[in-house]
Amino acid sequence: ASAAPTVAGANDLKVKFLRDGKEYMAYGKKGDTLLDMIINNELDFDGFGACEGTLACSTCHVVLKKDVFDKLPNKACDEELDMLDLAYGLTDTSRLGCQIEMTEELDGIEVEVPASTFDAR
Amino acid sequence: SSLTSTYSVPPKVAIVGGGPAGFYSAQYLLKNMPDGHVDMYEKYPVPFGLVRFGVAPDHPEVKNVIHQFTAMAKSTPYFRFFGGVTVGATLSVSELLSNYDAVILAYGSAGDRLLGIAGETGPNVLSAREFVGWYNGLPENVALNMDLSCTSAVVIGQGNVALDVARILLTPPDLLAQTDITAHALLQLRESKIRDVYVVGRRGPIQVAFTIKEFRELTKLQDVNTVLRQEDIQQLVDAAGTFPARRKRLMELMVKSGQRKLQTGDNIRNCHLRFLLSPRKIVKADNTIYAVNFQKNKLEIPTDMDSVVTSTEETEAIPCGLVIRSIGYKAEQIDKSLPFDTIKHIIKNEHGRVLTHPGLYCSGWIKRGPEGVILTTMNDAYETVELLLDDLKTGRLKWSLERKTGAEAILPLLRSRDCDPVTFSEWEAIDKEEVARGNLVGKPREKSVDVAEMIGVAKG
Ligand SMILES: Cc1cc2nc3c(=O)[nH]c(=O)nc-3n(C[C@H](O)[C@H](O)[C@H](O)COP(=O)(O)OP(=O)(O)OC[C@H]3O[C@@H](n4cnc5c(N)ncnc54)[C@H](O)[C@@H]3O)c2cc1C
Ligand code: FES
Repeated sequence: ASAAPTVAGANDLKVKFLRDGKEYMAYGKKGDTLLDMIINNELDFDGFGACEGTLACSTCHVVLKKDVFDKLPNKACDEELDMLDLAYGLTDTSRLGCQIEMTEELDGIEVEVPASTFDAR
Repeated sequence: SSLTSTYSVPPKVAIVGGGPAGFYSAQYLLKNMPDGHVDMYEKYPVPFGLVRFGVAPDHPEVKNVIHQFTAMAKSTPYFRFFGGVTVGATLSVSELLSNYDAVILAYGSAGDRLLGIAGETGPNVLSAREFVGWYNGLPENVALNMDLSCTSAVVIGQGNVALDVARILLTPPDLLAQTDITAHALLQLRESKIRDVYVVGRRGPIQVAFTIKEFRELTKLQDVNTVLRQEDIQQLVDAAGTFPARRKRLMELMVKSGQRKLQTGDNIRNCHLRFLLSPRKIVKADNTIYAVNFQKNKLEIPTDMDSVVTSTEETEAIPCGLVIRSIGYKAEQIDKSLPFDTIKHIIKNEHGRVLTHPGLYCSGWIKRGPEGVILTTMNDAYETVELLLDDLKTGRLKWSLERKTGAEAILPLLRSRDCDPVTFSEWEAIDKEEVARGNLVGKPREKSVDVAEMIGVAKG
């Protein structure tokens, strides 16, 4: 099920999520967080968004391209950085997906969802 | 899917324990084994393990994960919850193994570690597990007999659980009253005279085990000072620059909060962080505690996270009337047939496979030891289930040869042992009742703390 735009003006922003070598398109509107888009588009990313966007987990960890990371209007606050500290595979362009709100400028971005890293083998 | 097209009989898996490890295992199994059956056997009539009985009442956000678990449980008839079944007592692991294609042990760590010092038993010396169980309504800890009329408490250990315990002792009760903390705990905390809590570690300020999120919460607590000694602050200042960003942020926050001007006044409470102290004796007379005697330690390399700790000749006594040791949970061997590592207190396993028993797996704290947040436990569960699925695919698990009876064989066994398990929808009746009781007093939930009462509500 995808929330492709059916009403003019609604869900006209899109994001391409990359996870485990697969691509997933998601559609949403201005102000939706990346977490909202994943939920509204019923993307089944195991365990993603466990605390429902309240900065109490880091299951919504995403990795952005450098240019996207740099142009985000809001920088990570202390509480977000605290949770990111616990994320697996943290990078310099990591953020928590529940803290990134869509704007027109972000339309069409690619967002990587790091695969759950259970192979500490 | 590839699994079900290869075999005609859908596999049946039993999970022991209904905490995050159990639920994440079930979720991942059901997603990747669409026709498979998953039955969860849980000791208490209520699900969610430490999310209900461990996570602090003032961390409601962490408990949101229950919504995902509930959605999963209700989304498919192939998942069943059987609450009130103690595996190892009412039911044996071998009974499960002979009636299921695979069994995942996810029963967590419900025991305590001891300090092994004089005065450790008797009134007002508790484990963090007992204290947490008390404020979170774990049935066996509800009647915990504790005297909070003293003015200071010592918490031994510096992990996140130690900070949870300190925070609950220090938070203004009116704030706790808005959480799902149990009524009996709130009542006693309202009467508490405790003003000073000492959170004491055997290592230095650089080696603390708590994470920054938990510490930041403490520093933001209304009417509470976070007190560090000047020499410890100085050590953090000197060393911070040499640490990676993650660690540096925590060190800087410790410095910043330690340098704040101390608030004064009648309602002000203090959380003291003390370092390089190992408890030697709990000093008491006539069952009243007066102090904890510590031996001072030193670190071979103070700035090394894993430095060797040695004790010095110096001692120090911290006066207090309550001692809570927060030095870790410890798993138990619930069934004699299980290969148990008596040093690490886990089931002997390789990435979740229990090699001595084909078809047996483990996940969560019982697999790795009692450390890590829910995210760690989630990843851990996925690792175990990946291996299980792999074993099904490769035929390492010879599950297709005979049709297993699963719960259809176990339920009559349980009934013959006077056990009528609580189903997930019956738990939802308990849930509804708890939320309704909470609403009456302005709390998100008032937990039932009595097993017989829970079962009564469940069975209507
Ligand atoms: C005090 C405390 C606070 C915490 N706070 C946080 C936090 O804020 N954020 C966070 O991310 N993590 C937190 N954690 C960590 C988190 O709770 C654990 O990572 C997680 O619960 C481990 O999951 P588990 O399923 O392995 O064990 P558990 O959650 O302990 O689940 C085990 C389940 O097995 C059941 N069981 C036990 N014995 C048997 C038996 N014989 N038969 C059948 N069932 C049995 C138990 O009743 C329980 O339901 C906290 C932990 C503690 C102790
Ligand atoms: S969903 Fe938990 S921090 Fe974003």
